Amino acid sequence: MLKQTEGSHAVAEAVALCRPEVICAYPISPQTHIVEGLGEMVKGGEVENCEFINVESEFAAMSVAIGSSATGARTYTATASQGILFMAEAVYNASGLGLPIVMTVANRAIGAPINIWNDHTDALSQRDSGWIQLFAETNQEALDLHIQAFKLAEEVSLPVMVCMDGFILTHAYERVDVPTQEQVDAFLPPYEPRQVLDPKEPVSIGAMVGPEAFSEVRYLAHAKQMQALELIPKLAEEFKTVFGRESGGLTRSYLTDDAETIVVAMGSVLGTIKDTVDEMRAAGEKIGVLGITSYRPFPIDSVRAALQNAQRVVVLEKSLAVGIGGILSTDVRMAMSGLQLRGHTVVAGLGGRAITRKSLRALFAKAARGELEHLTFLDLDWNVVNKQLERERTTRRSGPAAESMLRDVGVIAARIG
Amino acid sequence: MSFQPLHFYQTGTFTVGNRLLAEEDRTVQAEIGRTNSLNSGHRACQGCGEALGARFAIDAAMNAARGRLIAANATGCLEVFSTPYPETSWQIPWIHSLFGNTAAVATGIAAAIKVKKQKGEMGDVRVVAQGGDGGTTDIGFGCLSGMFERNDDVLYICYDNGGYMNTGVQRSSATPPAARTATTMPVGPEPGNAFGQGKFLPAIAMAHEIPYVATATVAGLHDLEYKVTKAMGMRGARYIHILVPCPLGWGAASQDTIKLARLAKETGIFPVFEAERGEVTGVLKIRRQQPVEEYLKLQKRYAHLFGKTPAVETIARLQAAADKNIRKYGLLDQEAN
Repeated sequence: MLKQTEGSHAVAEAVALCRPEVICAYPISPQTHIVEGLGEMVKGGEVENCEFINVESEFAAMSVAIGSSATGARTYTATASQGILFMAEAVYNASGLGLPIVMTVANRAIGAPINIWNDHTDALSQRDSGWIQLFAETNQEALDLHIQAFKLAEEVSLPVMVCMDGFILTHAYERVDVPTQEQVDAFLPPYEPRQVLDPKEPVSIGAMVGPEAFSEVRYLAHAKQMQALELIPKLAEEFKTVFGRESGGLTRSYLTDDAETIVVAMGSVLGTIKDTVDEMRAAGEKIGVLGITSYRPFPIDSVRAALQNAQRVVVLEKSLAVGIGGILSTDVRMAMSGLQLRGHTVVAGLGGRAITRKSLRALFAKAARGELEHLTFLDLDWNVVNKQLERERTTRRSGPAAESMLRDVGVIAARIG
Repeated sequence: MSFQPLHFYQTGTFTVGNRLLAEEDRTVQAEIGRTNSLNSGHRACQGCGEALGARFAIDAAMNAARGRLIAANATGCLEVFSTPYPETSWQIPWIHSLFGNTAAVATGIAAAIKVKKQKGEMGDVRVVAQGGDGGTTDIGFGCLSGMFERNDDVLYICYDNGGYMNTGVQRSSATPPAARTATTMPVGPEPGNAFGQGKFLPAIAMAHEIPYVATATVAGLHDLEYKVTKAMGMRGARYIHILVPCPLGWGAASQDTIKLARLAKETGIFPVFEAERGEVTGVLKIRRQQPVEEYLKLQKRYAHLFGKTPAVETIARLQAAADKNIRKYGLLDQEAN
């Protein structure tokens, strides 16, 4: 059914249609609307046979999820930013134990400085946790990916994060097609766990494993992600058969066939990039876009195939690996190894900084001219940075950096865009 | 062959052999049908109080749950000594997740059971969570308090040996004052652990007004079984705190585990009581009061108190703490004295 609704509510409806059995919730912006929506649906009886638990921390949220998933219940939670860091130990534990929990990450920056707006640093901080990580481009895709995520998680017995841009998607009202219960039931069978805490067949889960088997257990986690690499496109196909639309998959190419410049990105910024590409195509520029939907497992072959005929690649990422540059770029470069390609890393949109078509167009044109540097911070205010560097060079007690820089920017509240 | 005299009572104690009891009063552990939930062959130290406490507690819980029980376990001695896989000692469904999240994992298990029961996919399965004092009073405290506050249907059992014994005997918030640990060495002007306000978790559990809170020791195994059975007869959040001497961490002889647990109770150092909805409903009275020295001097962790010049003041402070417990919980039967 077509609906004009908020991204968070669309996701809440999708999760509800997946017949979850345990949902644990802890508030953190910008994922709050999702669990609020689910809480209301469970309390109001719209979602039957489901326990909604208000926990006391994100660490508890993931821990409750571990307990319920290990007892065979289809389990869901949502978090963002500091929340994912606070639950990090349990995030690794959930995947280590092979528990197919599905979690929405409403992507948000990580402090300090504290910042509630969007970038991808939170999810990417858990890139090696063993979770499958899918990134949604639109609210429709966010909705669809949740339905696929439960199936994927339960097939490979691994947890899945569905990442959607905080505020940009979670709080945006857009038209979405909400499937029927019959459609979702046809796609998603009831959860059949591989392991379960059951008095009828007692098992020990989470025992200590020493050097004699630890590598093998960890390799198995990798092998399962490689299985997911095969399964994700199949699920997208199957999804299309049942729901009649394309959603998910590993990567999505846009005008890449003859492109000399290919921009690689994840999430909602792909929309802005495509608009910019359309403009530049109209002006005769051979430019295309590669969107990464599956960040973990990382589709090396698919990325390589899409990029191999280009001359240059611009990885535009909403994340920063402090001390080296890009996070996504590192993985893209791995896929590019051996290809004669010029690679650029562009760090953009940190902490909610708007990524505009104007900036992108100038950036891509510079890349096409061969003038773009190896690492670029899009729309960085060099005056503010240089002023602070100068302050620190000349004054020992230069004070708290973020506060000084905010003062230099000249507004009290953080400026968006 | 030398003559083996028959004792019905353990010397100097009020412990009576099961054979002298009516059938219905005998322990679960004495029954042929006991489940051996924590089976033999595990790697606990000789004289481990925790292994003994866990064996009695979980078998009693299994008996009360008619064999339908799931256990969540914190990281720590109990987890490590029971499961270097494939040699798990657990005969029941058992999960270890992390050090600090056991109460929350148990909440998740209870939630899943509730839903599965509604759907007719599972019977009435019960949940216990267990951990040591570090995993309970320190790192797991947030999750524990959350579980209490929500009144989730979980029995949490804390095996308190007063320190992080698994990592090499470091101080926890349950380490008693003056005790030596690897991080509170008996050096300097105030040797051993500092005298603080204390963190007596049973009292904090009571402040949550949960259905049931009890303390027990491995010297009173009948009492321990009675409390576990009683707790299992209730719903909601329940907490049992068991004092389990640790020969390694306390620097005590392996054969003194039960004696030390008894002395902890008989000196008033560890009050044994039960409480419902935040109010004390019963105490195990001291039957033959002992001075705290009798308890302290058997343990090398207090050896610095009994040097060439005994630390009279420190011992007096510890005696005062025991006396306070006696007053606060009414541990002495006035008539008996």
